[in-house]
Amino acid sequence: MTANELIRSSASAMAAKLAAKEVSAVELTQAHLDRIAEVDGGARGVHAFLHVNTDEALAVAADVDARRAAGEELHELAGVPIAVKDLIVTKGQPTTAASKILEGWMSPYDATVVKKLRAARMPLLGKTNLDEFAMGSSTEHSAYGPTRNPWDLDRIPGGSGGGSAAAVAAFEAPLALGTDTGGSIRQPGAVTGTVGVKPTYGAVSRYGAIAMASSLDQIGPVSRTVLDSALLQEVIGGYDPLDSTSLTDPSTGLVAAARVGNVKGMKVGVIKELHGEGFQTGVEKRFNESVELLRSAGAEIVEVSCPNFRYALGAYYLIMPSEASSNLAKYDGVRFGMRTLPAEGPLTIERVMSATRAAGFGDEVKRRIILGTYALSAGYYDAYYGSAQKVRTLIQNDFAAAFAQVDVLISPTSPVTAFKLGEKIHDPLSMYLNDIATIPANLAGVPGLTLPGGLADEDGLPVGIQLLAPAREDARLYRVGAVLESLLEAQWGGPILDKAPALAELVKTAAAAKEAN
Amino acid sequence: MSTETILSFEEAMEKYDPVLGFEVHVELNTKTKMFSSAPNVFGDTPNSNVNEVCLGLPGVLPVVNKKAVESSILIGLALNCKIAEHCTFARKQYFYPDTPKNFQTSQYEDPICYDGWLDIELEDGTVFHVEIERAHMEEDAGKLTHMGGATGRIQGADFSLVDYNRSGVPLVEIVTKPIEGAGSRAPELAKAYVAAVREIVKNLGVSDAKMERGNVRCDANVSLRPYGQEKFGTRTETKNVNSLRAVENAVKFEIQRHAAVLDSGVKIIQETRHWHEDTKSTTSGRPKSDADDYRYFPEPDLVPIVTTAEWVEELRATLPEPPAERRKRLQADWGYSDLEFRDVVNAGLMGEIEETIAAGASAAAARKWWMGEIARRAKLADVDPAALGVTPAVVVEIEKLIAAGSINDKLARKVLDGVLEGEGTPAEVVQKRGLAVVSDDGALQKAIDEALAAQPDVADKIRGGKVQAVGAIVGGVMKVTRGQADAGRVRELILKTLGVEG
Amino acid sequence: MAAINRDEVAHLAQLAHIEMSDDELDRMATELAVIVDSIKSVSEAAGDDVPATSHPIPLTNVMREDVVGHVLTVEEALSGAPDAASGRFKVPAILEES
Ligand SMILES: [Mg+2]
Ligand SMILES: [Zn+2]
Repeated sequence: MTANELIRSSASAMAAKLAAKEVSAVELTQAHLDRIAEVDGGARGVHAFLHVNTDEALAVAADVDARRAAGEELHELAGVPIAVKDLIVTKGQPTTAASKILEGWMSPYDATVVKKLRAARMPLLGKTNLDEFAMGSSTEHSAYGPTRNPWDLDRIPGGSGGGSAAAVAAFEAPLALGTDTGGSIRQPGAVTGTVGVKPTYGAVSRYGAIAMASSLDQIGPVSRTVLDSALLQEVIGGYDPLDSTSLTDPSTGLVAAARVGNVKGMKVGVIKELHGEGFQTGVEKRFNESVELLRSAGAEIVEVSCPNFRYALGAYYLIMPSEASSNLAKYDGVRFGMRTLPAEGPLTIERVMSATRAAGFGDEVKRRIILGTYALSAGYYDAYYGSAQKVRTLIQNDFAAAFAQVDVLISPTSPVTAFKLGEKIHDPLSMYLNDIATIPANLAGVPGLTLPGGLADEDGLPVGIQLLAPAREDARLYRVGAVLESLLEAQWGGPILDKAPALAELVKTAAAAKEAN
Repeated sequence: MSTETILSFEEAMEKYDPVLGFEVHVELNTKTKMFSSAPNVFGDTPNSNVNEVCLGLPGVLPVVNKKAVESSILIGLALNCKIAEHCTFARKQYFYPDTPKNFQTSQYEDPICYDGWLDIELEDGTVFHVEIERAHMEEDAGKLTHMGGATGRIQGADFSLVDYNRSGVPLVEIVTKPIEGAGSRAPELAKAYVAAVREIVKNLGVSDAKMERGNVRCDANVSLRPYGQEKFGTRTETKNVNSLRAVENAVKFEIQRHAAVLDSGVKIIQETRHWHEDTKSTTSGRPKSDADDYRYFPEPDLVPIVTTAEWVEELRATLPEPPAERRKRLQADWGYSDLEFRDVVNAGLMGEIEETIAAGASAAAARKWWMGEIARRAKLADVDPAALGVTPAVVVEIEKLIAAGSINDKLARKVLDGVLEGEGTPAEVVQKRGLAVVSDDGALQKAIDEALAAQPDVADKIRGGKVQAVGAIVGGVMKVTRGQADAGRVRELILKTLGVEG
Repeated sequence: MAAINRDEVAHLAQLAHIEMSDDELDRMATELAVIVDSIKSVSEAAGDDVPATSHPIPLTNVMREDVVGHVLTVEEALSGAPDAASGRFKVPAILEES
C-alpha cells in the first residue's frame, strides 16, 4: 500500500492495519506529516494547520509501536493520528483561538478531551485553523489567514471549524476535533464532504475548550466516515468532574450503533421549515434523494413542523454574543496573551485593557462582544436575552413534539454549498444565515450529525445531510447515518472524497500560477 | 487629606434621622476555593495557591464547592433566614485587574438565603431588630498591591502587582434591609451588628472571622433624612471598613459629613466612599453612574442548587447554640452581674472564662484572673488576652496553690511571670523560684524579733496600744522574707510577741 | 425596541473595554442596526407564560467535595503574563495621575 492510499483510508481501517502490524504508527504519522507538508503550506495551500506538532506526534507514534511490539494491550485508536481545533488547549503546543490576542500563548494545562486522546495514545498532528474564537462560518475570520476548501481552493471550507474539516477532507488527518456552537462542526463538514458530529450538550467535556457561548458550545468528532466519528466520540465522551454541565451517561454504544446498519421501521422526520425556500437547488435535490434512500431502506418518512425554528437564528444571535461578551472579558492583557499600550495619553490599566482588546480582537469578535454587551445591558435584558431564553424553551418544545412522532429528524446541513472566499465577509447577516439549519440543535442541546449527501449539480460541490436525535440519543445518529452513508457510497461507487480534485497537483499548479502573475 | 466639613454629631442628630444598611462579606474557611480545588490558605507566597481556574485561563470551567454551599446555608440558618429551595449563580461583570475573568461569579435574583433577622444588643442592653435581606454565595478577588508613590495607596501609584491567591476564596455576602430608627445609636449599632455577625460565623466555625485579615469585611451604607420624612435620602456606601472600631467611626463620620452637605443645601451624590483609618475620614470613590451596568446574567457554566428539607434539617441539627442564648445561659450559670458580664463580653473573654471554669476554677476566680492580671499584661504587650500564653489550666493551678496557702496573690503574680517566661507549670515555677509562702513560725519569729529590734520605738508604740503601727513591722518582715510570708500570720505573731491583743 | 445608534455603541465599547475610532463606531453602529433589526422578532415570539431556558440539559446540584487538588507553580502561573515582578502580575497604574 502506498502512503497515498494509506492516508486515504478511514481511521478504523488504519487502526486495523496498525493492529495487524501491516503498518507502524510512525509510518502512518509520518505519512500524514508528509501530506501536510505537501498540501498545507505555501501561498495557495489548504492552510488547515496553525501549528504542526511533528516531534511530539512522532514520539507518541514510536512509543505506540514499542508498546505494541512488547505485546501491550492498546486502545483501538492508539497510533491513529488526530488534529485538534486550535480552540482546545494543549500543553506543549501553542493555543491561539486564531486570535492575535493569544498569539504565542502556551497553556499550562490540557483540555480534558486532549487528556483522553493522550490516554488513548493518539499522536496529535497539530492545531487546526478556525474563525477567531470560533466566530464565523467560513474560517475567513482567522487572524492567521483563511483555510481553503480542498474541493476548490478559492472557496471557503466553512466555519468556524474550517481547519479541522479541511484537514480531514485533504487527507492531512484521518480524524480531528471540532467545536460546535451554532454549526461549527456540521457546516464545515457539509461544505467539505466530510462527517462531523455535535454530540448531546454535556456528552463531551468542555473543560479546556476556549468558551464562546457556554450554553451552546460542544466538542465533537470530525472524520471521513460515520464509524470513525463514533469511534472518536467514544474516546472523548463521558463524565468529567471538571465540567459542571457534563452528563454522567456513559459514552458507549455509539460504535455498535454505527455497525448495526438497519433503519427498518424507524421513523424519520423531515423538518418542514428546514428545506425548500432559501435552500440552494442542488442542496434541495441531494437532500430529497437521501430521504428517498432512507425510505427505500425501510424507514418511514414523516413530515414534521417546528414552527418556532424561525426564531432560532434571532435567539442564537442574542444568546451567543451575550455569553461570548462575558467569556471574552478575560482577554485583557493582564494574566496571559498580548498587551498593547495606548498610542497616546495616560497609561492606566483601563486604557491598556481597552487598547489591548482593540488591537487583539478582529472585527467579527468586536461585533459580537458589542452586540452581547448591548443585549445584556440594563434596560434591554428582558427584551433581548430574556426573550431569547424563552425562545429556547419554544424550540425545545418543538423538538419534543417532533421526537414524539419520529426517531430522528433530517434536513440539509447548510442551505448552500461552499461560497467563494471574500464573498460574504462584509455582510455579517448573510454569513449568519449559513447556520440556519444547525442552530436549533445547539439551542436545544440535542445531538446532530452531518454526512456527505453528494455534489450539487450546479457547482459540483459537496452537500451535507443533517440528522438530529433527542438529547442523549446520539447512538441513533450513528445508526441512521451509517445506513445512509453506505447507500450513498454504493451509488457513488466509493467515498465522495474520491471525486475531489487531486489536491497535491492543484496546490502546486495554483502556487505556480500565482508566482507567474 | 480630607477637607470635608462636618457637623458635630449632636447637631447632625438634632436635624437628621439616619438610615443604615450593611453588606458584610464573610470569607469561608473551607479547604478549597469556591469554584476550584486550589487551596484556600491565607498569607502564602503570592500566586502559589492558584490553578488555571483561579487565574481564569482560557478554557477553564468552575465547579461548586459543596462545603461552601453548606456553610452558606448554616450562616443563613443562624441569621434566621429562609433557605431557597432553588437558587442559581450569576455573573456580575466589571473589568478590574484583581478579577481574573473580569466578572465575579455571584448570585443575583435568587440568593441561597433570604428574609432573615438578628436582634442586636447594644452595650447598655438596648435591643435593635435588624432585618436581613439576603445572604448570597460568591467568590473573592485577588489582592492588589500599589507600588510607587508615597503612600502605598492607589492614588499616585506607578503600577500595581497582583496576587491571585485570594482569587476564588468563597464569600458569603450578607445584606441587611434598610435599618431605620437607630437615631444617635447608629454608630454603636453599626459596630454591634458587625460584631454580632462576626461572632455568629466564628461560633459556626465556618470562618476564621479575623477582621484584620479581611475574613469579615463591611461596606456601610448611610443616608440621612429630615425627621418625619418617609422617603430615604441619597445613600453613600463606605468600603473597606475593616475593624469594629472603624465601622463605628465610619458611620459616625458619614452621618456628620452628610449633615454638613445637606445643611449647605447641596445634594448627596450616590457614590462609594473609602474609609481611611489614619485620618478617620472618608474620601470619594467612584460615583455610581451608568458605568455601573453589571450586566448580570445566569452563569451558564454552573447548574442550579436545589435544597431539600432533609438537607437543610440535617445542617440545622449541627448548629451550635446561638451566641445570644449562650450568653444568657453563661451569665446565669456564673452568677455575674449585668455589668460584670458585659465587661467580659466586651473584652472578648467569654470563651476563655468558660474554659477556665470548665477546667475547675470558680466563676469568680476565672473572672478575677482574666479581667484583671491577664488583661492588664495583654494590654501592656498589645496582644489579645487569649494570645498572651496563659491557658485555663494555668489559672486553675495558680488558684489551687492560693487556696492551699502555698502562695499568696503577690506570689501568684510572680508565678505568672515564670509561666510566661517558659519556666514550666505554676508548681514548677514555685519550686524553681522558691516562691512558697514562709509558714514556718520559727523562721517567721526570727524575722519578727529582728524587725522589732531594728525599730524599738515602733515596738514601744504598739506595746502602748497603737495597734495600727503594727503595719510598719509587718512591712519589715515581708521585706526580709521577700514577700513570701503570710501577712496575716505575721501580724498575729507580732502582736503575740509583744503581748498585745489584736 | 430602540435602534442602536453611534452614541450607544460608544457607550457599549466603553463597557466592553474596547477602544474604537470614530470610523469604527460609525461602521459598527450601521452593522449592528441591521443585525438588531433582524433579530428583534425574538422579543415578540414568546409570551409571559413561557419559562426561560438557561441550560439546554437541566441538571442540578453538581458539586465537588472540599478536597484540595493541584496547583500551578508560581512560574507556571506567571508563564503567560505580559509583565510580572516579584512573583506577581504587574499592571499599569489603576488611577490616572492627578
Ligand atoms: Mg455589594
Ligand atoms: Zn459581594
